[in-house]
Parts: sequence; structure tokens; C-alpha cells
Amino acid sequence: MSATLTPQIDRARSLTPLPLACASCGHGAGATPDAICSNCLGPLEPVYDAARRLPTREEIAARPRSLWRYREWLPFEGDPVHALDVGWTPLVEAPRLAARLGVARLWLKLDAHSFPSLSFKDRVVTTAINAAEAFGIDVIGCASTGNLANAVAAAAARAGKPAWIFVPEDLEIGKLVATTVFAPNLVRVRGNYDDVNRLCAQVADRFGWGIVNVNLRAYYGEGSKTMAFEIAEQLGWRLPTAVVTPMAGGSLVTKLRKGFTEARDAGLVARELPRQYGAQAEGCAPIVRLADRGDDVLIPEVPSTIARSLAIGNPADGLFASRILRHSGGAGQVVSDHELVAAIRLLAETTGIFAETAGGVTMAATLKLAEQGKLRADDEVVVCLTGHGLKTVEAVQDTILDAPIIAPKIREVAALVASHAA
Amino acid sequence: MSITIHLPSVLAAHAGGTRAIETGGATVGTALDQLVSRYPQLGPRLRDAHGAPYPFVTIYLNDEDVRLVGGFEAAVRDGDEVTIVPAVAGG
Repeated sequence: MSATLTPQIDRARSLTPLPLACASCGHGAGATPDAICSNCLGPLEPVYDAARRLPTREEIAARPRSLWRYREWLPFEGDPVHALDVGWTPLVEAPRLAARLGVARLWLKLDAHSFPSLSFKDRVVTTAINAAEAFGIDVIGCASTGNLANAVAAAAARAGKPAWIFVPEDLEIGKLVATTVFAPNLVRVRGNYDDVNRLCAQVADRFGWGIVNVNLRAYYGEGSKTMAFEIAEQLGWRLPTAVVTPMAGGSLVTKLRKGFTEARDAGLVARELPRQYGAQAEGCAPIVRLADRGDDVLIPEVPSTIARSLAIGNPADGLFASRILRHSGGAGQVVSDHELVAAIRLLAETTGIFAETAGGVTMAATLKLAEQGKLRADDEVVVCLTGHGLKTVEAVQDTILDAPIIAPKIREVAALVASHAA
Repeated sequence: MSITIHLPSVLAAHAGGTRAIETGGATVGTALDQLVSRYPQLGPRLRDAHGAPYPFVTIYLNDEDVRLVGGFEAAVRDGDEVTIVPAVAGG
């Protein structure tokens, strides 16, 4: 057993990305740093060898506690080079919250405590940066609403790679500083995330960099599946009955479904797949509205919400996510900015956990789903909290007004205590 | 009347490798129709079988997603730029 948190992985076998094929038309693309089908422009996805040997529960349990313990479901042959110690975030039971919601049990999946950058984006960057390495791509980058910027900047710094990171100019200060401290090339773009995303599609096309969520997207997205495997394993290889996630581009919904399905197909879990619920803010809810309408035409929106990390008006996986919400027996749920702030505070006051605005959206949606009876008394619910509250302190900074400022005099403390007792 | 249509490399491969193409037209839709008349292989990659926008591309008129400014019916003016980007990106 290693004395450090970083697992020792035998690097005898060189890292090779799996080949890709189009999820829409089936056209094979080989292993390539492209995410778009040259035939139909649909999304490319890794092709796994269906006959590959899969590990047992016991074999997985003996592996280091990182997302690489599920390596047979990650899009590589050989041994990873970077970010060997990412993943295995806490799954924390919250009985007071379960009682308040009226559900049987409730757990919080805390990617807010992900190493190294305090959001679930560490998972996707882990697979993307290894893909970049395998393809011989030195410069990595991203279009980001903040969390991905933090994750790419941290991973690039650790790997010694240059990074070009593009964000909307007016992100929260915590998200900006938690990027610039790693000294990447951070570019603040006048516009919203959708403007940044369009620019990065052109950047990837022009410069040949590894833009993790553009041309490395087929490898990047698979990292999210590991959250599903972790939830199953941390519950003792069981699945919850319902899962609530935030939605921005929608890929966490689709990749969780893929992960739960793969875990079941491998015989690791036996239970029915969970109902999936997706949360968005009222000021940017194209996926929820698409799921509510029940058609197949996403209508883009111009975002207006303090939940900046979810402010994607033209979500790439919106259609696929909306289908999963409906077909799993779940639904979408919108919440107001006021409700998300209240939910951040409720979560903190009942569980001791500080989530960012996206977590507030997810928690507020969970409350509303319970009020509507969509979450039931026999449900075992997992709520995914994907980013840490210290990144978006602006949302709840008014709480400091409740803290009195006094002189260092014991009589002033006594007066405060007396006023609280009154 | 001159409109410039910018293609991503995955579509430029269907237009003889050309990434920026001058066309005419009064609307985004007619400008694209002129493009398709020159490079027919682009047709099914810009419109679906019903003539609606093909779901795997996003089309911008200058900096605006055309779905937010009238879709294919959006009027274009001399010097406008239409940019086509693969839709599966980001998030």
C-alpha cells in the first residue's frame, strides 16, 4: 500500500485511446482527437471491446481509491499518465434532510470536494488530459463557465502543460482567481458561455490544440461515468431509486445513465436503474423546458441567472438529457435564483456542506420534487453536488451581516449572549 | 450583395476545402441555398429532411444564433457573415 494518496500504477503499457464511432450514424472514426463525425456531424463516442475482461467487485475493492479503479470503462488501453489520484469523492448520508423531504434515505455525492479543483470537472479533465498526452497534444484548453476552467488550469499546471482557457468575462471572482492562480493563458471573452463555446469550436479547428470539451470531448465525457460507478460502489453495490443532478450542457445526465447501465450490464448491481431528475435555474432552463414539452427540438435561451456554472443556453447534450429524464421516469425541475440561495443555506444549516450556486439549484429542485410528490416516502435519493460554495460566495455573502462586530471586551460578549437568550 | 459563409473544417471537406465562401441572398436561408447549389453535399448537413435546421450544426448570423433572430428567415445585409459551427461542443 502506497504511503501517499497518489496510487502507484504500473506504466509498463503505453497509453492508447480507444477508437471512436458516431453515436448517431455509426460511422467509424478510429482513435482521433476529433469529437464530430465527418459524415453526419453527430457526436463520436469510444468503442469498447464487448469481450474485454471486466473486474469483479472484489477486484475493484482492492484497487486504489481513484476513478481509475473503473479503468475498464474508461476509453483507453494501457496505463494513464496524469491525474492518477482524482475521483472517489465522499458520498455522505443526510438523515435530517431526508426527514425534511419525507424520503426513506438521502445521500449527497460530494464532487464539491473533488481533488484537486473542488468540482466534478476534475473527472472529465482526467480522461481528457490523458487523451491529449496519448495523442501527443501539448497545449490543452477549454470553454468554461468556471469549474472546468479551474480543473483544466490545475491539471495543466500539474502536468507541466500550457493551457488556453476561455470564459465569459464576468464570472464570479472565485472562479476567475481559482484559474489564474495556476498561471494558464486565461482569456475573458465579452459575451456569455454560448459565445465562448462557439469561439472555442473555431479555436480547436484553427490551432489543433486539445480543447477538452470540443475536440477531446469524446474522451472527456467518459470521465463523468465514474460518478455513477462510485455511487453504486459506495452504496454497497446498490443503486438509488432516484438521482438529482444539475444540468448545464446536459452531459452529466447522459453519462450517469451510461455509467449506471454499464455497472448493471457488468453484473456489479442488480437493481432497476434510478429515475433521473435534472435541475436548472428559471433564467436558463432549455433542457427542463424541452423535457416538459416532450418534443425533440431544443429552443436555445439567453441565460440570466446567478447560477453561472449552469448558464448554457444552447446545451450540446440537451436533447439526449431530456430524453433520459423522461424515459427514466424522472423529470426536469426549474428553480428561481431566490430559491437556490435559500437552498444553499438550508443545505449548509442541515448538513454542514457548502455548495456553489449549481448545488443550490440542485438542492432547491430536490425540495420542490419532494413537495410535488415526485420523490416518494420509499425513495432512496442521491443528490449530486458538483461544485464547492467557496467558488460562488457572492450568492450568500449577505450572511455575514448576521455576524456582530464587537470590541475585545467580555462585557460585549455577555451582552450578545443575553440578547440571544431574550 | 455579398455574404460570407464560414465553414468548419468538417464541412469544408464537402466544399472543396474552402472555409470561407461568398454568396448572395436576402435571408440566411437563401444564402445557404446558394451555397448548397454550388456544393450539394452540404445540403443534408445544413437542413434536415423537412427543411428545418440540421440538429448537429449551429448557424450564426454575425454573432447571433439564428434561432434567436428569426432562423432561416432572418434577413441578411451586404457584408454580413454567416458562421456554421458543429453543435456538439462544450458543456
